[in-house]
Amino acid sequence: MAHAEETSHVTVLPPNKEKIKKLWTVALYLGIITAIEFVIAFTMSHGSFKTFIFVALTIVKAGYIVGEFMHLRYETKVLFWSILIPIIFIAWMLVAFVYEGMAIGAVR
Amino acid sequence: MASTSTATVTPGRSVWDGGTSPMGASYGKLMMWFFLLSDAFTFSALLITYGLVRSSHQAYKGAVDAFTFSQTYWPIPERVFEAVPFLEGMALPLVFVGIMTFILIMSSVTMVLAVEAGHRMDRAAVEKWMIWTILGGIAFLSCQAWEWTHFIHGAHHGAAVTEGTTFFGANLLQNQYGPPDFADFFFFITGFHGFHVFSGVCFNFLIYYNTVTGVYERRGHYEMVEKVGLYWHFVDLVWVFVFTFFYLV
Repeated sequence: MAHAEETSHVTVLPPNKEKIKKLWTVALYLGIITAIEFVIAFTMSHGSFKTFIFVALTIVKAGYIVGEFMHLRYETKVLFWSILIPIIFIAWMLVAFVYEGMAIGAVR
Repeated sequence: MASTSTATVTPGRSVWDGGTSPMGASYGKLMMWFFLLSDAFTFSALLITYGLVRSSHQAYKGAVDAFTFSQTYWPIPERVFEAVPFLEGMALPLVFVGIMTFILIMSSVTMVLAVEAGHRMDRAAVEKWMIWTILGGIAFLSCQAWEWTHFIHGAHHGAAVTEGTTFFGANLLQNQYGPPDFADFFFFITGFHGFHVFSGVCFNFLIYYNTVTGVYERRGHYEMVEKVGLYWHFVDLVWVFVFTFFYLV
């Protein structure tokens, strides 16, 4: 009896077509950006400019995943910045240590 | 920040004075976010160390076509990862890792579709999308198992020389592709990520099981799908960075 009661109370809403379409669009963007990365990997010569493009495209992809898939864009501002500000420091730490590594390589 | 909260605040009291959720998220979701932030620190530590060590090594300065493995400089990743299952001996740089990236992005999409179905209390759709997500995770892990096996055993022909000796494949002490640190970072970074994928598949299976047995339907909401979904997207996010910094750059 209890079981019948449970199932009868659940109202299943119809699929949110607009939202689902948007999610697939984001997936398409991620696929296209990855395809562009592949093209660049085999057509451009190695150098710091190529690395810069890869890092920029990676940040765009990360933005789509965190903003849309993880829904962070739509959370409150406090939560959004609580997550993003520490990450900005991390990005600086990466840059600093890569330069430090170059210096170590130079004096070796 | 009071204006961003949906809660009604009596004048003279801030949203931080208690009784409301200033971040507009449940305790479980908030804790998942902060766990993921701490997990991001751990992955960053690995990637920053990789950046430091790699940039302190000599880079290969020559034509990509003329590249050969050597202990004196860091290898070009596209010349290391160019094997694809069933196509032995063919040089297909980064094709297999591209397939792996595609699999992980697709499983991220099916996960977010499961979350959407959960918001609508659509149990059958949650089950369907969770199954696809679990299959995507297992497919990714299988690909990684193959890649590791190939990396460890090395090429079938062609000599690789480490200080006058021939060495095939890789372990933590030496490898045919370049300096020992190269293989060490490969094992630690992709291994740590692969372990996250593995635990993610386990969590996803738990969610699937609880959905099938009607736990979330009885509870009245599918928030657990959202929480584990956050974790799964994070695993995908980390792979985006590993893909760039380990395979592309």
